[in-house]
Amino acid sequence: MNVLEEIRDAVIDGNAIKVGELSQKAIEEGCTASQILNDGLIAGMNVIGPRFKNNEIFIPEVLKSARAMHTGMDVIKPQIVSSNIQEKGIILIGTVAGDLHDIGKNMVIMMLEGSGYKVIDLGINVATDKFVEAIEQYKPQIVGLSALLTTTMKQMKSTVETLLTLESRPKIIIGGAPITQKFCNEIGADAYAADAASAAEIANMLMESNAKAAGA
Amino acid sequence: MLRQQALERGQQMIVVGELINASRKAVGAAIEAQDAGYILQVARDQMEAGADYIDVNAGIFVDKEGDYAEWMVRLIQENTDAVCSLDSPDPEVLTQALRVHQGTAMINSISLEKERYDAIIPIVAGTGLKVIGLCMSDEGMPVTKEDRLKIADKLINGLVKNNVKLENIFIDPLVQPVATDQSYGAEFLNAIEGIMTGYPGIHTICGLSNISHGLPNRKLLNMSFAIMAVAKGLDGLIINPLDRQIMAGLTAAETLAGRDEYCEKYLSAFRAGRFEL
Repeated sequence: MNVLEEIRDAVIDGNAIKVGELSQKAIEEGCTASQILNDGLIAGMNVIGPRFKNNEIFIPEVLKSARAMHTGMDVIKPQIVSSNIQEKGIILIGTVAGDLHDIGKNMVIMMLEGSGYKVIDLGINVATDKFVEAIEQYKPQIVGLSALLTTTMKQMKSTVETLLTLESRPKIIIGGAPITQKFCNEIGADAYAADAASAAEIANMLMESNAKAAGA
Repeated sequence: MLRQQALERGQQMIVVGELINASRKAVGAAIEAQDAGYILQVARDQMEAGADYIDVNAGIFVDKEGDYAEWMVRLIQENTDAVCSLDSPDPEVLTQALRVHQGTAMINSISLEKERYDAIIPIVAGTGLKVIGLCMSDEGMPVTKEDRLKIADKLINGLVKNNVKLENIFIDPLVQPVATDQSYGAEFLNAIEGIMTGYPGIHTICGLSNISHGLPNRKLLNMSFAIMAVAKGLDGLIINPLDRQIMAGLTAAETLAGRDEYCEKYLSAFRAGRFEL
C-alpha cells in the first residue's frame, strides 16, 4: 500500500494523528499537495459519504473522519498555497433568516469540503441581502440554503425568489428537515438535497452541468 | 375530576403526551380528513398511559392551523378530561385555541427570540397559564450550561415581570444531539440542575428525541438521558407516554432521585402492572 492509500484509510478510520503524520511523510516522499488532497484525504471522505448515507456509519464517525481530513489539510496547506491548486468550486451556504439551526448545515459543509469544495459559511439567520452581498463578493458557483422549521420555509421561498433574479446567479441547492423535492420545484430552486452525502453528489452534478453549459 | 386537579395536588413528574402532532404522518392525515375518532383515540391512549397534558400541534397546516387546533381542543375536551398543551409559535393560533380551551392550558412555547417573545408575552401575561420557555435567542443555539442559564434567566425575569408565577414556568434548556458535540448531554444536564436550584419552585421540561439524533438504538439513549435528567431535577417531559419502557424508567428514576415518599408511586405502578414490559 502506498502512502496515499494509507492516508485514505486513516481518514476512513478517523485517525487524525496518523493522517497528519502520513501527510508529512507523503510530502517528504515527493507527493504533490494535489495528490495528497485528492488521492488521500478526499478519497477517504468519498468512502465515508456513501457509508453514512447507507446508515453503515453514524454522525460522530463522519465528524471524526472530517477532523482527520482537516488535520491533513493543515499539513499540506503551505504546499497548496505555493502550488496554487485549483479548487473544485466555491459554495456559499447559510441557514435562512429566522432560523437558528445549524447542525444539518454543518454536516453538509463537511461533506462538501470532503469533496474538495471551498465552502463559505454565512452561518445562521442569514437575511436575503446578506446572501446577495456574499454572492457578489465570493462569486460562488453554488449557493446552499438550509431551513429546519416549517415556519421558515416561507423565508426560504422569498430568498430563492430574490436569488433567481440575480444576473449570472449561482445554482441554488436547498435542504432541511421539512424540505421536499416538491417544495423545491414550487419555489424554483435548482436542486433539493435530502442529506449531507446527497448534497455533495448534487453539487458535483450541478458543477458538471455548469461545465457543459460553459463548453457549449 | 379534571386531570388539572390531580396535577395541583402535587404530583411531581409532568408528562406532556407528544403524539398529536401534525408532522406525524398518520396524525396529519387524520386532521386533514377531520377524523375525530382517530384523534380522540390517540388522546385517550395517552391519558390512560399517564399523560398530564395532551400536546396539540397543527403546525404543518399554514392557513388552517388555528381552525384545526381549535377543532382538536374542542374534540378532546368534550370527550375526555384532558387539558392541552397548545403547541404553536403563532399567537393567533394560540389565542384561537385558548378561546375554547377549558381549565388551564400549557403554552408550548415562548423563547427569547425577539419576535416570538413579543408575540407570546401578551398571551400569558397576568394569566394562570402554564408556559414552556425554550432556551433559544436571536443569538442562536446555546452551547454551554452558561449560555442556557443566561437565556433562562432573561426568560424567567421577563415572565415574572409580566405576572406569570414561577410555578407556572417550565424552562426547556434545549436538547441538542450528542452525536454532533459530545458535550451537549452534560451541558444540558448541568443546566437543569442550575435552573432547578437557582429558581426554587420553577419547573424544567424537555423533549428527548433530539439527544439521540444521528445515532443508532435511539430509545436506549433517550431513556438513559431522561433518567439522568430526573436525577438533576427535571420534572417535566414531552414524550410518547405509550412507550411503557420509558414510563417505567421514569417512575424508577423518581423513586431513586428521592422524589417518591414511601416509594408510593413505584409500588402503585408495580401493582398496576406498569412494569410488565
